[in-house]
Amino acid sequence: MIKNLLRRKSVFIPSPVTMLLSYLVLGAWAFVVLFPIYWLVVTSFKLPIQVNEGPFYLPGVDYQPSLHAWRYIFVDLWRDTVRPYFNTVVVALTSSALALLFGTVAAYGLVRFKYRPRLGAILMFIGCMALAIVTIVKLGVPWQIALIATLILFFLALKTIGRRFKRSLGNNDIAFWLISQRMLPPVAVVLPIYILFQRMHLLDTKTALIMTYLAINLPIVVWLMRDYFQSIPIELEECAVIDGASPYRVFRSIVLPLSTPGLVATFLLLLVFTWNEYLLALFLSSAKAQTMPLLVAAQNATRGPQWWYMSVLVLIMIIPVIGMAIALERFIARGLLVGAVKG
Amino acid sequence: MKTRWQRLSSQVERLAGSVFIMPAVLIVLLLSIFPLIISLYLSLSRLRFVKGGFEIKFVGLANYGKLLFGSQKRHFLGVIGDLSPAAWLVLAVVMVLIALALWRYVRSRRFSAGGLIYRSVTVVVLSLGVWYVLRTLSPGGRPGTLVVTLIYVFVGITVQYVLGLGLALLTTQRLPARRFFRVVFLLPMMITPVGVAYMFRMLTDTDKGPFNPIWQALGLANFSWVNNPWGARAAVLIGDTWQWTPLMFIVLLAALESQPVECREAGLVDGASRWQLFWNITLPQLLPVSATIILIRMIEAFKIMDLPNVLTSGGPGTATESLTLHSFFAWRTFDLGGSAAIAYMLLFVVIVIGISYVNLVHRQVTEG
Repeated sequence: MIKNLLRRKSVFIPSPVTMLLSYLVLGAWAFVVLFPIYWLVVTSFKLPIQVNEGPFYLPGVDYQPSLHAWRYIFVDLWRDTVRPYFNTVVVALTSSALALLFGTVAAYGLVRFKYRPRLGAILMFIGCMALAIVTIVKLGVPWQIALIATLILFFLALKTIGRRFKRSLGNNDIAFWLISQRMLPPVAVVLPIYILFQRMHLLDTKTALIMTYLAINLPIVVWLMRDYFQSIPIELEECAVIDGASPYRVFRSIVLPLSTPGLVATFLLLLVFTWNEYLLALFLSSAKAQTMPLLVAAQNATRGPQWWYMSVLVLIMIIPVIGMAIALERFIARGLLVGAVKG
Repeated sequence: MKTRWQRLSSQVERLAGSVFIMPAVLIVLLLSIFPLIISLYLSLSRLRFVKGGFEIKFVGLANYGKLLFGSQKRHFLGVIGDLSPAAWLVLAVVMVLIALALWRYVRSRRFSAGGLIYRSVTVVVLSLGVWYVLRTLSPGGRPGTLVVTLIYVFVGITVQYVLGLGLALLTTQRLPARRFFRVVFLLPMMITPVGVAYMFRMLTDTDKGPFNPIWQALGLANFSWVNNPWGARAAVLIGDTWQWTPLMFIVLLAALESQPVECREAGLVDGASRWQLFWNITLPQLLPVSATIILIRMIEAFKIMDLPNVLTSGGPGTATESLTLHSFFAWRTFDLGGSAAIAYMLLFVVIVIGISYVNLVHRQVTEG
């Protein structure tokens, strides 16, 4: 009997009644999800007058579809559409990949190692940074020199008086500190970040956006991947260590393959966050590094929102992400842990 | 064998540990300390335009004082009214629940004096908060941006979690076409928030929106439900739920898919019902991931801004204005200090709620 169950892979084999009910619920929610998107599609084929004269539902039946909005975006504004699109692709892919890389590694570290950062050292570091900012802002010292001087000062202080402070923090404190970096609303940090990149002469570049998104998305990766790693049985890793594998080898050959579903879900999430980010992009880019969300918001012109252009832009923005979701969905579906700890 | 394991693990502790965590810590540190310090300074100062530029003057805690006691108090904290009988009932229920939770803790094995003090403080703060929220929602009262944000966060997250979990459970069944549903359910998350906000502005239009026939049938065609405070808040919440249920869905789905099947199989062999399987096996295994995704979503939800801004511009009055939007409006009028002060108040609220949540819920759930 157990053999039979195993062959069927899933324990939930729905009866016809549950199946019907499931389809009803799933269908209802699918309608809720799809109708607004359908409305976008329909609107993108409308003339301004057709939008303003009340609801029309079916192109070709109750109104005459027109390609004017698509022509405007793809022909008249071709160059202004392609550049932000290209920027968005580059920024989203690069920063998500980097965040996934660093975040996953850090999450594994937080799960399997014990860290004891000393409280005194942290306070000294913050003090040194504040000092650096004061010298840069008040005394006009170039930021490169100030930064290097501060780091030297910090290491000197760490080696001399730093040893007196014994109090230390744990892994959970590091994790909470990481996630707390996302708590300040972007409105509050845009201005300092703007000044930061202005000093580094990186305003309106893709580098600035990639760095910002990397920093703000890292905590999410760390938190999500931490939970996935915790659910991997430690016995597997112990076996590998006994067989002589280095920690890096264990991580690459055992932990990473086993957590593919989590990695894929997290990557999709990062991609979506960076792909759609609006407020920070608004401040950090103007012409060269403009991203798509800015273009969408820019359609709210002085004559009121240009619904038709907006719909086209939103639609061409979702298509690649849907492609990614379809391509990556089967990795989420694959439960790699099944039967891993047997025997 | 044992000495080798120990030697290896000590080597691991010394070397690999730092290699694993250092890059992430350094990146976050370098890009976060600076903005944090600058905006703290801004929140303690006032921007003034002088000839040929502007100057930043240090004013101490004046910006915070304005929010808590001065001209911005009605806007930020709201107006308190008298508790209605229904509100008294809600308050009583919440109090009883809190008392029960505390009693359970006192009787449990984890009990310690420090823990009791910590929990008592949390309980007092929590009950005061509930009392305050209820009074601003009572007749005669008016919720400020703080309370509105709290409503968005708690109502939104509850609805989104329940919906996300239900949908994830349904799509882990072996149904034909479940892959189609999985991809469709992810769609809302992939639209840029600004786009979603404009889309919902189209949909909530009672005159030219697609639901015009329904409004007309209800006799509400000339009445804009977005002009009613609770109607407008509901519109924002519907938009938020539409967009962010997929986040709960995808994370819970991945967690469900990577659960070992053996436990459920064993339960099934022993004759457990589906409800028992869910309640005793599936749900406990989901709790760590749930606790994390709720925390992440909570932090993001506190920053809600695009939807109320585009849908209603925070109106009618300030009925749908969230804290971030409040901060943004202050920013737009060049009140940089006031804006930063609101942001820091928000940070304070989120950190207090976040720490309580991590200590009281997350840690217990993840460490068993």
